[in-house]
Amino acid sequence: MIEAHELTKDFKGFRAVDHISFAVKQGTIFAILGPNGAGKTTTVRMLTSILKPSAGWARVAGYDVVKQPTAVRRSVGVLTEQHGLYERMRGMEYLDFFTRIYRLPPELRTRRPLELMERFGLGDALEKRLGEYSKGMKQKLALVRAMLHDPPVLLLDEPTSAMDPQSAKLVRDTIKELRRAERTVAITTHNLTEAQELADRIAVIRQGRIIAMGTFEELSRRFVGEPIMELRLTQHLNGAAEELRGMVQIVAQGEDWLRYRTSAPQRTNPQVIRKLTGAGLEIVTLSEVSQTLEDIYLQIVAEDEGAHMEEHA
Amino acid sequence: MTTTQATHDARSFSSATAERASWRQTLQNALVITRREVRDSLRDWRIMVPIFLLTLIFPLLATAMTRIFTGFFEDNGAEDLLPALLPLMPMVVGFFPVSISLVIALETFVGEKERRSLEPLLSTPLTNTELYMGKTLAAMIPPLLASYTGIAIYVGSLVLGKQQWRPEPVLIVQILLLTTFQALVMVTGAVVVSSQTTSTRAANLLASFIIIPMSMLMILESTIMVKPYKRYLLWYIMVGMVVTVILLVRMGARIFNREELLGRALDQLNLRWSWHIFWDELRGPVGERFHLGRWYRLSVWPTVRSLRTPTLVVLLVLMAAFAVGWLYADQWRVPLEQFQADDEQMLDNLRSWLALGQKNPHLILFALTQNLRVLAVATLLAIFTFGVMALVIVAAPFGILGFVLAQVVHSGLSPMPFMLGVLPHGVVEVPAIVLAAAAALRLGSVVTRPPQDMTVSEAWLRALGDAVKVGLGVVLPLLVLAAVLEVTVTPRVVQWALGL
Repeated sequence: MIEAHELTKDFKGFRAVDHISFAVKQGTIFAILGPNGAGKTTTVRMLTSILKPSAGWARVAGYDVVKQPTAVRRSVGVLTEQHGLYERMRGMEYLDFFTRIYRLPPELRTRRPLELMERFGLGDALEKRLGEYSKGMKQKLALVRAMLHDPPVLLLDEPTSAMDPQSAKLVRDTIKELRRAERTVAITTHNLTEAQELADRIAVIRQGRIIAMGTFEELSRRFVGEPIMELRLTQHLNGAAEELRGMVQIVAQGEDWLRYRTSAPQRTNPQVIRKLTGAGLEIVTLSEVSQTLEDIYLQIVAEDEGAHMEEHA
Repeated sequence: MTTTQATHDARSFSSATAERASWRQTLQNALVITRREVRDSLRDWRIMVPIFLLTLIFPLLATAMTRIFTGFFEDNGAEDLLPALLPLMPMVVGFFPVSISLVIALETFVGEKERRSLEPLLSTPLTNTELYMGKTLAAMIPPLLASYTGIAIYVGSLVLGKQQWRPEPVLIVQILLLTTFQALVMVTGAVVVSSQTTSTRAANLLASFIIIPMSMLMILESTIMVKPYKRYLLWYIMVGMVVTVILLVRMGARIFNREELLGRALDQLNLRWSWHIFWDELRGPVGERFHLGRWYRLSVWPTVRSLRTPTLVVLLVLMAAFAVGWLYADQWRVPLEQFQADDEQMLDNLRSWLALGQKNPHLILFALTQNLRVLAVATLLAIFTFGVMALVIVAAPFGILGFVLAQVVHSGLSPMPFMLGVLPHGVVEVPAIVLAAAAALRLGSVVTRPPQDMTVSEAWLRALGDAVKVGLGVVLPLLVLAAVLEVTVTPRVVQWALGL
């Protein structure tokens, strides 16, 4: 649904996006992570045919971003970094303006905005001037604007920034709902927990280049190693750890607990359980220690920085 | 109907593939923008209060002033001057509200950029033309309506009031058209200014480039207006404004694009980048080490060839100027036949003039610098006039040439000595001037239609690089040669022709 190949954007004297390639399948969520100035917004702007790539190509919803810009923009809903609302307009009036731009049929011009506003809890704010909206309300209205014409592709820049936890959850649920409805969503975010929760695939972009890409599990394995399991017992280990050392790589241990790394938990974990229960030890829990996307992201950026410094040296 | 059904309906509208909209659709979409913008302007008291004051209060003040002036003129027996002076005020009454269009245009373009509300709009399927047209109309409609209302109130008070003024309908048409074209020039100019800035403050500073010439134009129009027999000149001014609007629309439509609007992040000059572009164009693809022959072959000649269209335009204008000069010779005859071919005094003067160059070779430098000065001024003025002044300055001597040659021919004299006084160096000088003017024309006009893949600034810098390249590589050597010929060869040829 979204394809980018060697996409590059040069501005006067500097390269904002440097030969990035990725593909996002229909009905999936793709997260683009990266520090400020990494090239995320420029990438989104190229995907919405606002900026013309200096090199490479991209297709969105089957349309070429250079040759068919109008069709591309008709097929995407965009939540921009800044909401950019017209403060003197009223909520309903604002959405009516966009329904006309998207040429929605007359019967949908009122119904569609009403449905979406109700869904996002803005039903009472339809006749309020946008200048009176709170930050979170503005963000939600901008999201409504992006979804107004029910586009097959949504490009969302920081979809839940400035939102209270309840609203943020509502938006995340809506994004998941969009995935279920076979919409393709690309989000750029600094909220790593959100990306981890939502994204099917993640790309980390830095200095205009994609430095890592894959599913959360793939990235986790590649950058922070094999999964770590935590085992808790009812009593002291009593030397059991030593017996396990040949089977797994123990990374930490306490009086009644231990952590080990394993490349194949499906195979190793039953063996560990058998060994311990055979030794008369009672297991309380055996679970995977969760790696956060933050750990992975920091590791990715640190590795890239190191490689960059090495290159320069 | 459920959301799913609704979304299904909507999808059929979101997957349209037609890239080219019909004109009707373009206008419809543009009007969606216009309606929103106008409504927004009507809600902004900073715009509405001045419009209201200028529309209703100012015409009434102007009426009171007119009454005072009328009384003063009548008391002093100068009532005959009134028909000349009365039309001045409606022009002023119309101009003030229209000047607000500049403020609205700057606000709707740069203000929106500054408030970041432009990007959501740029992400919609609206085309650049629809956005440009919609916003331009929005900037023009409220002030123009205010202006027409103001003029109607004022003229109405003169027609129905004590003055019982009965203006010719054509005068009213002229005033209304002048007002409309002024609004168009200001708004289309404001779009160009807006695209080059990211803040309303910077745009307001640059707006003086529009408001100062427009104020000067108003003064010119006023001086014409007070002389009823010269009011036909106002039509020429209108034609001039229409041409300016066409050039500004051309330029605005090209630079009012998503790339320019969002790509421009800073108002600062990037000198390093500018120099890099200019130098790159000046050198051309000559490789690491500069080689003069390669520079001429790979850089200069391709550039000269690329100037084909402007060269053709310059040649046509020169021929037209020559023809106009020739035609004017009929109107203003110089009685050359009264001069005697054997007039010793005249021949002596000619001999000493011809000897001057041979005794003073430094006149070569004079001839050269004279040409260079003219071409430098033409190029400089071309930058600020979309290239028009390059044509005017270069064409003027050809008009004179046509005029003088026609005088010679009409007087029954042989044109040969005159021709020989021009041709020996002219064959070298004229191509140099034509080429220089062509490069200046492109330098001035490239901003109105930069190549598709370039920003305005890059296109202009490259045109500047081309102008300097052609200037150094072709024009300067030709002018040096022409100056040498003019001072050393031409006089001898003339001497020979006249048998001196």
